[in-house]
Formats: sequence, structure tokens, C-alpha cells
Amino acid sequence: MDLTLTPKHRALREEVDAFIAAHRGAAPRPGGGRKRPDRKALDWQALLLEHGYFARTIPREYGGFGAPHDVIELAIIADAFSRAGISPGIHNQGISMLVPTLLEVGTEEQKRRWIGPTIRGEVIWCQGYSEPGSGSDLAAAQTRAAVEDGHFVINGQKIWTSSAHFADMMFLLCRTEPEQPKHAGLSYLLVPMNAPGIEVRPLRTMTGRAEFNETFFTDVRVPVDQIVMGRGQGWHVANVTLKYERLLLGDPNKLQQRFEAIRRMMEQPGAEGSRLLDRAEWRDRLLRLQGEVMAARHHNLRLLTEQAEGVDSGLGRFIVKYHGTMLAHRLASLALDAMGSSGLPYEPQGEAAEDDAATTWQIDYMYDIGLIIGGGSSNIQKNIIGERGLGLPREPKAAAPAGRN
Amino acid sequence: MRFGLTEDQLLFGRSLRGFLADRLPLDALRRLAEPGTGFDAELWRGLGELGLHGLLVPEEHGGAGLGMLDAALAAEALGYHAAPAPFAAALVMAVQAFRSAGDAEQQGQWLPRIAEGQARIGLGFAGLAGQTGRAALRLEGGRLSGALDGLMDGGDATHFLAYLPDGRAALIEAGAPGVTATLRRSVDRTRALVDLDLAGAAPVALLQSSNDPLAAARRVRDAGRVMLAADTLGAAQNMLDRAVAYANERVQFGRVIGSFQGVKYMCADMATMLEPCRAMVWYAAYAQDAVPEEAAMVASHAKAHLAEVGREVARLATEVHGGMGFTDLLGLHYQFKRITFDRQVLGGPERCRHDAAVAQGWIAA
Repeated sequence: MDLTLTPKHRALREEVDAFIAAHRGAAPRPGGGRKRPDRKALDWQALLLEHGYFARTIPREYGGFGAPHDVIELAIIADAFSRAGISPGIHNQGISMLVPTLLEVGTEEQKRRWIGPTIRGEVIWCQGYSEPGSGSDLAAAQTRAAVEDGHFVINGQKIWTSSAHFADMMFLLCRTEPEQPKHAGLSYLLVPMNAPGIEVRPLRTMTGRAEFNETFFTDVRVPVDQIVMGRGQGWHVANVTLKYERLLLGDPNKLQQRFEAIRRMMEQPGAEGSRLLDRAEWRDRLLRLQGEVMAARHHNLRLLTEQAEGVDSGLGRFIVKYHGTMLAHRLASLALDAMGSSGLPYEPQGEAAEDDAATTWQIDYMYDIGLIIGGGSSNIQKNIIGERGLGLPREPKAAAPAGRN
Repeated sequence: MRFGLTEDQLLFGRSLRGFLADRLPLDALRRLAEPGTGFDAELWRGLGELGLHGLLVPEEHGGAGLGMLDAALAAEALGYHAAPAPFAAALVMAVQAFRSAGDAEQQGQWLPRIAEGQARIGLGFAGLAGQTGRAALRLEGGRLSGALDGLMDGGDATHFLAYLPDGRAALIEAGAPGVTATLRRSVDRTRALVDLDLAGAAPVALLQSSNDPLAAARRVRDAGRVMLAADTLGAAQNMLDRAVAYANERVQFGRVIGSFQGVKYMCADMATMLEPCRAMVWYAAYAQDAVPEEAAMVASHAKAHLAEVGREVARLATEVHGGMGFTDLLGLHYQFKRITFDRQVLGGPERCRHDAAVAQGWIAA
């Protein structure tokens, strides 16, 4: 354990704090991964990239800052932004899931072509994984891609495609080798959303908004080189992406941002003039969550160190999504409780404008349940933790009802 | 720059766990726990040979001069095996007490004796740590009178270090005139508490050289809290490991029960709660030596959080074992009670979280 701040680290901390103080007026509200970044968000992103506060360790030739991997530096930056309640930049599926996937298994050309525009927020990605008949059982995907004269020709349907209505590109898991066994028949394609034959239908959720979509493919053609790794290797690539998706969904810096926002709210005098923070029952609820967020953050530093040293964290990594999404929902729950009746007015603004604080918390509180379910539901996570993390046996297969496969 | 253990620390943890696994099979643990003193001379000697007595004692006083993270790894191993051995108070808090408030002569006199395993010091606070029970001490004309309940590591202790409400600490010799030490066998038979009744006892040392005695006393309390958190981490990990092993061998309905999602999910929930605690304990221990501005807050948070997680793991792991978990036969209850003890001593979670709020300036003390 050596977390000694070198003079270089101290200088970085001062530099980040000074940056935030100087530029905080230009920052968009934190969050916003559910909308296409507006001008303000894109400018902020460019500023963060320029200073190395975003994509810090991504090589320069791919559009990153190219700094060597240093856990402390990343922690200093994340901490400064969450303490200040300032947006740490855009976190969407392309940036947090596809980019690390390409860095791990993409070709040189794919890295050069896609990573830069994606981390700048210019190219928005959506994820074509779930289907009506394959949710938790992802490898049962039936969307087909047949090869015809140098193209994949895609037919089928995806569901829960968040951001599909404004995305530029999709990373798509589909069946290219139907004669192969289930897991060996899949490929991972990169598909432009403006290709003829793609139809996106919004799917309204419990928040009253349409964060998700159904996406239909009718003879959609993409060149055969728009594939990550080879044909039949889609399951492997999909799992690389899932690894990063699950780390994103359990991101402790988001938990810390939320915790700080609730702390600030509870520090404000309420209608009766007293602060919730001064009342033992409220303070204890906040403190309890603070302890849990603290454990999650330290755990993350451990995982980052193991990653930098090439150690597979196994169990330590498998728990992140389940742990983080449940904790996020409990944080949002406390925020609602702290707002009480003044947290009930609910006016979602859609794509055009920013939501007020009460509406944002209500949306988070509901959307969190979507995140508990999506990316591999909590039950799927518990299977993974139990089977791959702890070495417990798989559930024996039971027969499907007659007439189903 | 890294967040993790060194090779030396991994090796130290492994060798200590190996030693304890060898010395404390269930029948031996039962025998050593029976008297409820939390002490066994042979085990104590063995731990001394592994360097535990002087772990935190500076080298110039005959110790190894290691840090709180090393001590936390030791506490974790002791908790894992429910070892009946004085540690948190006798070998960590007492050392910190001399280092933070003892003068040079007191350090020179007592630290080597701790490192040699000759001085085993039970320790308790009158106030400061959320202890319940009697806590009324008077120091008049150099003599200590009154009562102090629940001194940790009190069984077979050679000395007692009693913290006064003002943060000064008096070292009393067990068996000296005016000292009545009553052993309280706790629900955790691997660790004992002692109630002290003092009638004009003469301290052999008064630790008062710190500029801010209350702050020095709180550092000792925080060191103890980190050790108890680490002890719970070990005990809970033991219970989880045994639950997983049991779920992998027990057959019902023609299947090992670990293949049932109901059982599997209990194990997954335990792992999900417990795994992040490891890094939290590492950091809390490290912060005591290296991050003074956060030390108090993270110590109290680690103690509170581990107490909450420990209680859940203790219940779930017992449940996974079915009726067998509830019996005395498997001895799972030693770790269960260890977790209970860690939670209730030196301030329960509510008290610890209150102290964390004070430490970060949310409220006044």
C-alpha cells in the first residue's frame, strides 16, 4: 500500500482544483448520459480531454491524453470533480463500453477510426444485445446476419436499445453461423444507425420518457470488415463489453457524486430552518451510506491497481455491478425521502432542457431499477458471483415447456 | 503508487494463517476457549515466535516496527481462526498509547516488555469510545479509585491501562494493592473482558505527555476500531468460506445445495457485501499511519460498516448450514460470536458513525 502523494500528485490536485474553480461556469450538469450531448457538454468534454481529465490513459494516437497508468492520478481527478459536484465528462455506452472493448480486442484501424470521435462525444453508440426472446439468456440471440457479396445482411429485432433514437452507431450481437452451437454462432458487428432498413421505435418506460427503444432490422447491409474479432467470436467480444458495462454500472465515482449531492442537500436549512444533517435519524442514514460508498471507492482503487498489474480480479470484479446499482438506488431513495413532499412535483423536460432537481432524483430513483435489471440482472450477477466467483455448481437444466425451445 | 498489499505482507498473512490453522483445529479451539480467558500461554508463545508481540513496537525498543496495515492483517488472521489471544488492546492499542502519550522513559521501560510478550496489557476507556457499563475513575494524590467495566484483553493480563475522561491513561499492575479485577467471560469465549474495581491503587505509569491528551486517546481508540474491523473481516470471511464449502458438499433432493439459487444467492450476497470491506479495512489501517487528516473518520466508518456486514454474513452463513449451523458441532459459532463481540465493544455502529460525523466536522462533538 503506497498512496503517498508525490510532489507531482500534489501539483495535479492543485491544478485540478484550480481548473474547476476557473471553469466551473462552463460545466454542464452532472449526468446527462441519457441525452445526446449538447454544445455545452461537447465543449466541456473537449476542455477535459485537452487537460487530461478525461481519457487520461488512452494513447494519444487514438485521441486520448496518453498519460501512463497511475491509480492515484485517476483518483485525484475523480475526487476533485465529485467533491465540487462538477460533471466529470460524458459517460455513455460508447465511451465506457465500446472504447475499452476496442482497446482490448479491436484492430489498429478500428481503434484509430472510432475511439477519438467517441471519446469527444461526437459519435454516440447504442448497444444491440437483448432481444424479446433473449434477455438474461443473451447467447440465445436470434437476429441473423447472412453474408452476401461482401456484406452482412441483418434481419431481426433488438430491444432495450437505450439511446438508439439519437445514436450514430450500434455495436450489435447477432447470429452469423447458425449451424454452430449457440455460443459459437455469434458475431459482434459495428452498424451505422442511418443504414437503410433500420427502424427505431421508442419504448416508454415508467419514468414517462422513452429512454429505451425497440430496433428492427430488415435487410440491413454492412461491409464484412465492420466486425470486431472474427466470425463466431461475438460471444467473447460481447463479454469483454459486458465486463466494462458492469464496471460502468457500478461506478463508485457516480456513487460518490450522488452521496455528495445528498450531503449538500441535507446541509441546507429546510422550511423549518433546521438542517436534516443536525437530526440524528437523518444523519445516521446518510452516514451509513457514506460508509458503503467509501468501501466501494477503496475497492475500486484495489481493482484499478490489479488491472494495472495485469491481475484478474475475478470475484472482486464480478460483484461491482450488483453492489453498485443496489447502492445507487439506496442513495436515490434517501434523496427522495430527504426532499419529502417537495420532491413530488414531476415535470420531465425531454431532450431539450434540463430537469429540475426533484424530477432528476425521481427519474434516477426509477431508472436505477432499470440499471439493476439491465446489463445482466441482479440475479444473473448473483449466478456469476456464485458460480465463477465462489465456485458453486450451475443450476441443472430443466426441460422447456412443450412447444418451446 | 499502488493500492494493495506487498509481497511481504501477503507472505506474513499466509504464514500466520497457516500457523493458526495448524494450532487451532476445532477440538483445540474448544479446549482453549473453554475457560473464557481469551488467553493460552502456549499459543501466546507461538504468536510471539512469529513476531506478533513486537509487531508495532519500534525497532529501537526491540520490535519489528511495522505498521497498522500489517497489524490489520494479523487481526484478520486471528479473527479468521477465532484465536483466543490478546491482540487489539494488548499489542496494538497499548503500543499506540505509549507511542502517542508516553514519555521517553516510559516508552523505554514498557515497549520492550510488550515486545517480549512479558507485559500483556488490558485496556479500557472511561468515556470517549461509547463503552457502556461503569466508568467512574478518580485520580487523587497519585492514587486511582473507582470502577471501570469491560477492559479488553483483560483475561490473564499482567497490567491494565485505564483511560480517564480527560484522555490521560493510568497503567495499573494486576494484583497490586487496591486492584480488584473480575473476569467477565463474554459470549465470545475466545476473548474476555475484565471489570476493574480500584481503591487507591498506585499507577506504575501515567501517560500524560501528549499536548492534547484527548486527541492521543482518540488515536488509541481508532487503532482499536480498525483492529476490530479487521477481526470481523477475518471471522466473516471464514464463515463465508465454510458456507461455500458446505454448499458444495451437502446433498438434498439429489443435488448439492449450492446448485439451488436460493442457497447460491445467499453466498453471492455475502461475497458482495464482504469483498469491498477488504479494501476499506486496508485503507483504514493505512490511514492511521499515513493519512492523519482522514484517520479518525475512516477508522470509525470501517468499524461501523464491518459490524453491519459482519452481522449479515454471520446470519446468512449460519443459515446456509441449516440445522447443523445452529449446533455446537461445527463450531461455526466461534466466528459468529467473534463478530458479535467486535460489534459491541469500543462503540457500536451508531456510536462509530456519530464519531465519523464529528471527525468530518458535520456536527460538534
